[in-house]
Amino acid sequence: MNSTNRTVVVTGIGATTPLGGDSASTWEALLAGRSGVTPLEQDWAEQLPVRIAAQIAVEPGEIIPRPQARKLDRSAQFALIAAREAWADAGFTGKAGDDASVDPDRLGTVVASGIGGVTTLLGQYDILREQGVRKVSPHTVPMLMPNSPAANVGIELNARAGVHTPVSACASGAEAIGYAVEMIRTGRADVVVAGGTEAAIHPLPIAAFGNMQAMSKNNDDPQGASRPYDVDRDGFVLGEGSGVVVLESAEHAERRGARVYCEALGQGVSGDAHHIAQPEPSGRGIADAIGNLLANNDVKPAEIAHVNAHATSTPTGDVGEVRALRSVFGDDLDHMAVSATKSMTGHLLGGAGGIETVATVLALHHRVAPPTINIKNLDPGVDADIVRDQPRELPHGTITALNNSFGFGGHNLVLAFRRS
Amino acid sequence: MAATQEEIVKGLAEIVNEIAGIPTEDVQVDKSFTDDLDVDSLSMVEVVVAAEERFDVKIPDEDVKNLKTVGDAADYILKHQD
Repeated sequence: MNSTNRTVVVTGIGATTPLGGDSASTWEALLAGRSGVTPLEQDWAEQLPVRIAAQIAVEPGEIIPRPQARKLDRSAQFALIAAREAWADAGFTGKAGDDASVDPDRLGTVVASGIGGVTTLLGQYDILREQGVRKVSPHTVPMLMPNSPAANVGIELNARAGVHTPVSACASGAEAIGYAVEMIRTGRADVVVAGGTEAAIHPLPIAAFGNMQAMSKNNDDPQGASRPYDVDRDGFVLGEGSGVVVLESAEHAERRGARVYCEALGQGVSGDAHHIAQPEPSGRGIADAIGNLLANNDVKPAEIAHVNAHATSTPTGDVGEVRALRSVFGDDLDHMAVSATKSMTGHLLGGAGGIETVATVLALHHRVAPPTINIKNLDPGVDADIVRDQPRELPHGTITALNNSFGFGGHNLVLAFRRS
Repeated sequence: MAATQEEIVKGLAEIVNEIAGIPTEDVQVDKSFTDDLDVDSLSMVEVVVAAEERFDVKIPDEDVKNLKTVGDAADYILKHQD
């Protein structure tokens, strides 16, 4: 264990997802086993092989006033909504400094996105071609840059300890949270607002992911399309939204009398060094990340009761992850309730680590693992205790939960949380 | 037909309302775009492009920096419109 360790806790959560406009409604839908996937009814979807997605439940335009919204990419709008909820949930009454319990110089933000402001970039390119140079928005660059969500959250909350945006495809959100934990552990900040966001439901990303054969083409059954661990799974369903948590040193949280959800134990990280888009089939890289987690953090396999799996509903990825879990944990995997919440939320790419951390924190808080829906026939290669169809109660006492996220490029991130 | 000073100020007020969300009645000739109307240098470009279109006038980038107030912009447009 790192000798400079400070204990880090989660004191606030926020989300806007395909299942609900906040973390409470999202959690309720997760427990109810509700799918957020719907048909894409936009004209542009007609020509696409994939015509389904997990679209946001509450449009950000209903919350963020138009003068502000027109300067923010959709991904930044989602992040701001989730961050505001998390900030208020943590008990802060105003931005840092205005709320005297948090010093702006000790507050950071780490908010990631896998792709950045892609709908801004492509939308402004359409304007350039159709209406000319003069009509290209002067806000285009600050809207499309991938650090824009982190920066906008930092500006709104007055975060001066550092604003960061790790980019690692579908591991980005988890990497943001892992980075934030390190910032607090090593003493760079006392409070960090961290998470992931994504807004990539647009014909170009869908055409591109579709051509990679990465997405489900189950257009006739949108709600059944995202089916991790099912033998007939045929790819992920693209989702959009954001999940954000407030991380804080235990000392700081105690000093201001904050409600603590759980402890953030740290991260395990590795790189596959295998292929730019395919997962390493044996699960070696994932096993390395879990090994790294166990070697460098106070995580006890015997206490792990729940895993929020990466499980995106792709043929190779889902099985490789389970294989890695089994190879590291052996028989200990048998007491871990494994959930694939992407069966309900779809895959939020860089937002996934954010909303799945929110789900993992709530699973510990309420001691209940959300279900995995849409498994008609469990893939025989899935040698783990999958929580199917109904939520499952988690044990009393001290329990730990893991949240896995892996990204194109071979980025493997495992986060661990614990409550007593 | 060329717009009058009054029409230009009214048009600018609508543009500023659309871009910055400031109520139209607050957009008066003596108001500074930056200091009073929440129009930063980026949003000013949007105001200028919208004004060019509405009043059929060209406002070159090098002249924009001289348009500090709503009155400056209205005078410029009045003088340069076709």
